[in-house]
Amino acid sequence: MPRQRTARLPVLDASARRTEGLSPRTSRALRARLVAAVLVLVSLALITVYFRESEDGTLHGAQRIGLSVAMPFEVAGERVARPFRDAWGWASDLIGAKEENAKLRAEVEELRKRLIQNETSASENARLRELLQFVDGPNFPAGFDGVSTRVVGRPPSAYNQEVLIAAGTSAGIQRNDPVVTQDGLVGLVTDVTSNGAKVTLLTDQSSAVSAVVLETGAAGIVRHGPSDSAALILDRVSKDALVDDGNLVITAGWRTGKLESLYPRGIPVGTVKSVGQQDVDLYKRIQVAPVVDFDSLAEVIVLVPKNR
Amino acid sequence: MTVDAIKAGALMLFAALVQVSIASTIEVAEGHPDVVLVLVISIALLRGPVFGAVVGFWAGLVLDVASLETLGLTSLLLTLVGYFAGRLGDVTTRSSAHPSLVAVALGTIGFALGSAVVHFMLGSTLSAGEFFIGVLLPTLALNMLLAYPLYGLCRRIFPTGVRERPAEVSPAV
Repeated sequence: MPRQRTARLPVLDASARRTEGLSPRTSRALRARLVAAVLVLVSLALITVYFRESEDGTLHGAQRIGLSVAMPFEVAGERVARPFRDAWGWASDLIGAKEENAKLRAEVEELRKRLIQNETSASENARLRELLQFVDGPNFPAGFDGVSTRVVGRPPSAYNQEVLIAAGTSAGIQRNDPVVTQDGLVGLVTDVTSNGAKVTLLTDQSSAVSAVVLETGAAGIVRHGPSDSAALILDRVSKDALVDDGNLVITAGWRTGKLESLYPRGIPVGTVKSVGQQDVDLYKRIQVAPVVDFDSLAEVIVLVPKNR
Repeated sequence: MTVDAIKAGALMLFAALVQVSIASTIEVAEGHPDVVLVLVISIALLRGPVFGAVVGFWAGLVLDVASLETLGLTSLLLTLVGYFAGRLGDVTTRSSAHPSLVAVALGTIGFALGSAVVHFMLGSTLSAGEFFIGVLLPTLALNMLLAYPLYGLCRRIFPTGVRERPAEVSPAV
């Protein structure tokens, strides 16, 4: 009997020592793995809940509160960085400034001529509308109040083309309000807090806007191009439609029953860069160069409908 | 440890704000300098994988809130970066002359690849050419420029003497 006990005990003892007596190095490694695994699981849970819940859910709400708290600091950061950015922009603009000056002078001459023609056409248009008692939908810019605000941040990802602006519900901004600059369409408000909002740019993969070619009336949808993030395409344009290089593309602002485009008619989107078509294609291949420089957005105007 | 945690938390809050409002506007091709990523890697190198993972998680959470992005997405990636940078710090800091540079290079590549995979799963994609030439290479170059100054800053904030170094660590066999 004693022999049996002595034979078994060392074995049991060794096993117990293996469990209790982990070396500090092993236990530290185990602890690190455990902590990392738990944090990864928490992150995955957050992603899942965030995607599954509605826009008014708990996590979205908490995130908006967090952004409201952070927004003053982001505005301050933007203000600190602004002089440096302006100085860099000024220095960059000096390169080729002379050439650009000559080009712009020629453009001003051309635009002066067009302005006179357009003023004549506009007064004629107004008179004819009055005669026809023409009923119009919300139009740009007359039907909207513009909330001018500053771009204070960009999400640090190449996958989402978005910016953060320093005005929110307290300024009357709501989700799905269109955003423009003096040049043309920028995008749409996709999330809003009391003192800030997220604007999804026209160049984002999720953005699309119904548009028409001003000169010919050819209609289609402007969306993100297949490769370069700055390029746009005018899709779904019939092969019979007439489109030429340099044509101006504007928002269509359609209305069908109760459904209405989020963008009012007449906001410049871009100019046609190239037009192509092949026999096997259903539609024309049209590349559009945006009129807005999305890389250097500093201020934007959010269009808030007057009749809201 | 508590003092370190408070310092790291405050530093990450500040870094996230700098990232969203300043660093993201500095654009080379489609790439931006990633201050938060470099700081997470630097802290993880100095304080080990547990601290690195926790700091990465916190930094990602702050960044997602400050930019209204999908909550948890950046946390997931930065937790992993922090953990592996900490492991790398445990085994290489003494032998390598440039731990921060190597770790930042590896961390940037890992973060970019992980980000591409996660975004692909969520439906946002970039072409391979745009990803490698437009995003990865400029970001890598910019982050490596930041590596030494930010690692130096972290060494001042988190002095290495305080860290309970794994003295018993022997070269892994």
